[in-house]
Amino acid sequence: MAYLYFPGCSLKGTGRAYEESLRAVFEALGAPLIELEDWNCCGATTYMSIDERQAFALAARNLALAEAQNPSPADRVELIAPCSACYLVLLKTQQCLATDASLCQRISTALKEEGLCYRGRVRIRHPLDVLVHDVGLQELSRRVQHPLRGMRVACYYGCQIVRPYALFDDPHRPTTLDDLVRALGAEPVDWALRTHCCGGSLTGTLPEVGLRLNYLLLREAQRRGADCIITVCPLCQFNLEAYQDQIRRRYPDLNAMPVLYFTQLIGLAMGLPPQALGMQRLMVPLIQPVGAFAKGGVHGRA
Amino acid sequence: MGGHEVYPDGAPRIGVYVCHCGLNIAGKVDVHEVVAFARTLPFVVVAREYKFMCSDPGQELIREDIRELNLNRVVVASCSPLLHEATFRRVLEQAGQNPFFFQMVNIREHVSWVTEDPREATEKAKALVAAAVRRVIFHEPLQRRRVPVKDRVLVVGGGIAGIHAALTLADAGKHVYLVEREPTIGGHMALFDKTFPTLDCAACILTPKMSAVASHPNITLWTYSEVIGVEGFVGNFRVRVRRKPRYVIEELCVGCLQCIDACVYKDARFPDEFNLGLGKRKPIYIPFPQATPRVVLIDPETCIWFKTGKCKRTCLEACERKAIDFEQQERIEEIEVGAIILATGFKTFDPRRIPEYGYGKYPNVYTALEVERLVNAAGPTGGEVRLRDGRIPQRVGIIHCVGSRDERFNRYCSRVCCMYSLKLAHLIKERTGAEVYNFYIDMRTPGKGYEEFYDRLLQEGVHFIRGRVAEVTDWAVTPEEEGKLIIRVEDTLIGVVRRIPVDMVVLAVGLEPQPDADAVRRMFNISCSKEGFFLERHPKLAPVSTFTDGIFLAGACQGPKDIPDSVAQAGAAAAEAMALIDKGYVELEPNTAYIVEELCSGCKTCIGLCPYNAISFDEARGVAVINEALCKGCGTCVAACPSGAARQHLFEDAQILQEIEGVLAYV
Repeated sequence: MAYLYFPGCSLKGTGRAYEESLRAVFEALGAPLIELEDWNCCGATTYMSIDERQAFALAARNLALAEAQNPSPADRVELIAPCSACYLVLLKTQQCLATDASLCQRISTALKEEGLCYRGRVRIRHPLDVLVHDVGLQELSRRVQHPLRGMRVACYYGCQIVRPYALFDDPHRPTTLDDLVRALGAEPVDWALRTHCCGGSLTGTLPEVGLRLNYLLLREAQRRGADCIITVCPLCQFNLEAYQDQIRRRYPDLNAMPVLYFTQLIGLAMGLPPQALGMQRLMVPLIQPVGAFAKGGVHGRA
Repeated sequence: MGGHEVYPDGAPRIGVYVCHCGLNIAGKVDVHEVVAFARTLPFVVVAREYKFMCSDPGQELIREDIRELNLNRVVVASCSPLLHEATFRRVLEQAGQNPFFFQMVNIREHVSWVTEDPREATEKAKALVAAAVRRVIFHEPLQRRRVPVKDRVLVVGGGIAGIHAALTLADAGKHVYLVEREPTIGGHMALFDKTFPTLDCAACILTPKMSAVASHPNITLWTYSEVIGVEGFVGNFRVRVRRKPRYVIEELCVGCLQCIDACVYKDARFPDEFNLGLGKRKPIYIPFPQATPRVVLIDPETCIWFKTGKCKRTCLEACERKAIDFEQQERIEEIEVGAIILATGFKTFDPRRIPEYGYGKYPNVYTALEVERLVNAAGPTGGEVRLRDGRIPQRVGIIHCVGSRDERFNRYCSRVCCMYSLKLAHLIKERTGAEVYNFYIDMRTPGKGYEEFYDRLLQEGVHFIRGRVAEVTDWAVTPEEEGKLIIRVEDTLIGVVRRIPVDMVVLAVGLEPQPDADAVRRMFNISCSKEGFFLERHPKLAPVSTFTDGIFLAGACQGPKDIPDSVAQAGAAAAEAMALIDKGYVELEPNTAYIVEELCSGCKTCIGLCPYNAISFDEARGVAVINEALCKGCGTCVAACPSGAARQHLFEDAQILQEIEGVLAYV
C-alpha cells in the first residue's frame, strides 16, 4: 500500500521528532511515505474560527492535490495526516463538502482558479489507524526486536482523533494505542484521562488554565506509575513536555515525565537507531526502563 | 355510469356528509367547497357539513336524511375508518339500512393533517369524495358473521400487571391461563424492598397476591413456560405454550428444599439470577423463598449430572416425594382462549452502553435494580447496604436518567426513575447514614403523594444537584478524592463544574422494551410504537386495546409505568376481556373471500398461498372452497387467482375500479 503523507506545519517545526520517527517506522515496515507536493496550511489554527470558508478552501486544496498525486493504482488516495488538528480539519472539510452542495460549489470554483478539482476520492487516515488496522498488531509485534518489557506507558489520545469523527476507535474509551503498546511488549496504565484536554493553545493565552490542565494529566500519569506518556499529536506533546518546568514551579509534587510520540516508541521497540527517531530532541529524556530494549541508551545523547 | 336497472336494490340515493372535525379538517380543507362539489356528483341526493359528524347531533342528521330522503347509500368524509367506521355503520343500521352501504373517506389523517397547502388539500378531499361516491354505488348488502367466544383468557407475563389481571378475571369466574417464562411469578416487583411513595413493604403487598394466584381454582399457572404460537382470531385463539423442563415434577414437589441441602455442592457458588448475580445459588435451587410456585428447579448448565453424567445425585435420595426427574422433557400445551392479555413487562437499560459511567469497570458502580436487592431484607446482604468489599458507603451518588432522555439511546422519560431514586436515597440514608447526592436533569414527581415524598427527602437532607453527569472516574485530584469514585458534573444551577467524590454510584437506569418484544408482537400480530413498546389502539380512548381485536395490554410492555399505573391498566384489560367474553359472541367483518365456482378451474394456486389455511379443495366438484370462519380477508387468493374466480366482499373489482376512476375522472 502506498500512502501519501501530509505533514502540516508542526511536523516541520516543533514536531520534527514526530516526522522523523513516523518516516523511519514506515520505511522500516516497507511502506515509505510519499510527501504531498506543494501542500499548504491545513486550515486549522485561527482560520477555522474566523472564516470557515477560507479554512475549507485551504483544506480542499490539499485534498485536490492528493487526488492529483495519487501514487496508488487504486481510485482512492490514502492520505496520512499525523497531526490531530490536520486530521480533524481535513475530515471536517471532507464531510462538509459532501453534505453542503452550495459550499461544495464555491470551493470547486476556487479550486478551478488553480486548475484543481476535488472529487471526494481521498481517504484521510491517522497513522495510528494505519499502523493498527492496515499493518496490524500481529505484524508490528513480529517486527519487535527489543520488547519493552516492564515499561509502563500512559496512552494519551487527546481530543481530536476520535471526536467527533470516531472512524477507527471508540470516542469515549479509545483503546487502539493501548493495544499497540501491548503489542510492543509494554504495559499500558489504566487511567481515565486518555481523551481529556491538553489545553491546546491555552498554555499560551491563559496559562493558569492551560498549565493546570497539563499538570492534571502529568500528575495522573505519575500517580498511575507511568514511565512515560505517549501522544499522537504534536500540540499535546509540546504542551505536556515543554511546560514541565513552569508547571513544577506551581505544583512542586510533579516529577519529570517523558512524553514520546507513539511512533518513537514503536521505533525503539523495532530496534531503530534512537537518532533516527528524533529521541535526542526530547526535552525530558526517557529514563532507562527495566527490560532489555535499551542497552546502549535510548536518548541518542549518551 | 349505467342506468337504474343495473342496481338490484333500485336507483342509488346517496348522502354525502363532510365533517369539520373542529378545525382539524376545516382548518385546512374548504369544507363548503367539498360539499358543493359533492352535490354535483351522480346519484347524490344530499350533501351536508357538520362540526362533529361523529357526535350525537351529527349522527342524527344522517339518520334523519336516510329516513326522510330515502337514502340507500352514505358517504362520510371525516377521519380514519379505524376511529369511526363502526360508528357510522351503526347509524345506517339504526336507520334501517344495511350497514355496508357505507363508505368512509379519510380527509383528516390522509389530507388535512398531512397536506401543507389548503388549495391542494381541498382538491384532494374532493377527489377522494368523488371516488367514494362512485364506489359506494356498487356496494352490496352484507351480513356480519357471529362467532361464539371461548370463555377462557390467556395472560402472558406474571409480573404485578399479569397477576392483577389474572386474579381479577379469576375472581369473576373466568378461567385464566397465566404463562410466565421465569421459574416464579412476581416480576420486577418481587425484587423490591419498599415501594414509593408510601414505603409499603413490596413483599407484604405482592406475595399474598402471588399465593392467591397459585391457589386460585380458576387459574392455571404455567411458570418457566413461553408462548410459542398463536392462531385464530378474536374470541377463538389457539395458543401453543412451551413448558420448559425444570427436572422437578411440579405436582409432587412441596418446596421442602431438602434437595437443595443435599446437593453435592456444599456451598452455593453460581451467580444467582434473581439477585442479579449479587448472591449465589446451587444448581438445584428456588429463586427466592417466596417464589410462586414454591417448586425447585435444576439448572442443567451448572448441574454436574447434566454436564458430565457423573454425580451421586444426592438430591434424588433427599426427595421423599420422588419429585426429581432428570429425564423430564419439555412439554407443549395447546389451549383455546377467547381473549389474550399481554403483560410482558420491560427490561432495564444496560449501562455498559454508557462507558463513561464506569459500570462493569468500577466495582462500586451499581444499577438501581442491584441496589434494590441490597436494600432488600430478603436480599443477598440481608438488607445491609455494603459495597462489594464489605465496606459501608459513607457517600453515595445517584445518577438519574441513565439511558433515558438521551438522544443517543432513548429520547423518552422512563417515568419511574425519579421516584425510585428518591426511594433508594431514603433507604440508603436510613440504612447507612451516608450523604446521598442525586444528580438530576429535572425532578419529575407527578402522582398522588409523589411531590410530598420529594419534599420529605429534601427535609431529610438528601442533596440534589441539577445537571447531567459527564463521567464517573477514579481520577483523584485532591487527597480527599483518593480511593473514591469521582462524579464530574456541571451544576447547572450555579454554573460550575463540580467533582463529587463518593464511595458508591447508583445508576438510575431507564426502562426499555423486552429484548424480544418485536418477536412477541409479530407472534400476537400487534404493533409497536417507535421505541419498541407495544402500541395501544388509541392513547386516550382505547389505552389497553390493540389493533388486533381480543388482544389487550397491561403494564410496562405498553410503555414505562409504575406499579399503580400497571395495576390500573391490568384491571382495565381484565374488564375489556370480560366484556368480550360475557357478550358470548363476536361479529366478524364480512370482508371474506369467496369462490365463483363456475369460473374456478381447479388449479389450486390459492390453496398454498392462503396464510390461514382457509381454502380446501372439493375433489368431487373440482373447485376450491373457502372456509369463511377461517378467512381473514387478506385478499391474497383474490390477487393470485388466474381465472378471476376468487373474489372478496367489500373489495369487488367493480368497487375498486370505480374508486380509481372516481379519482382519475376528477383529476
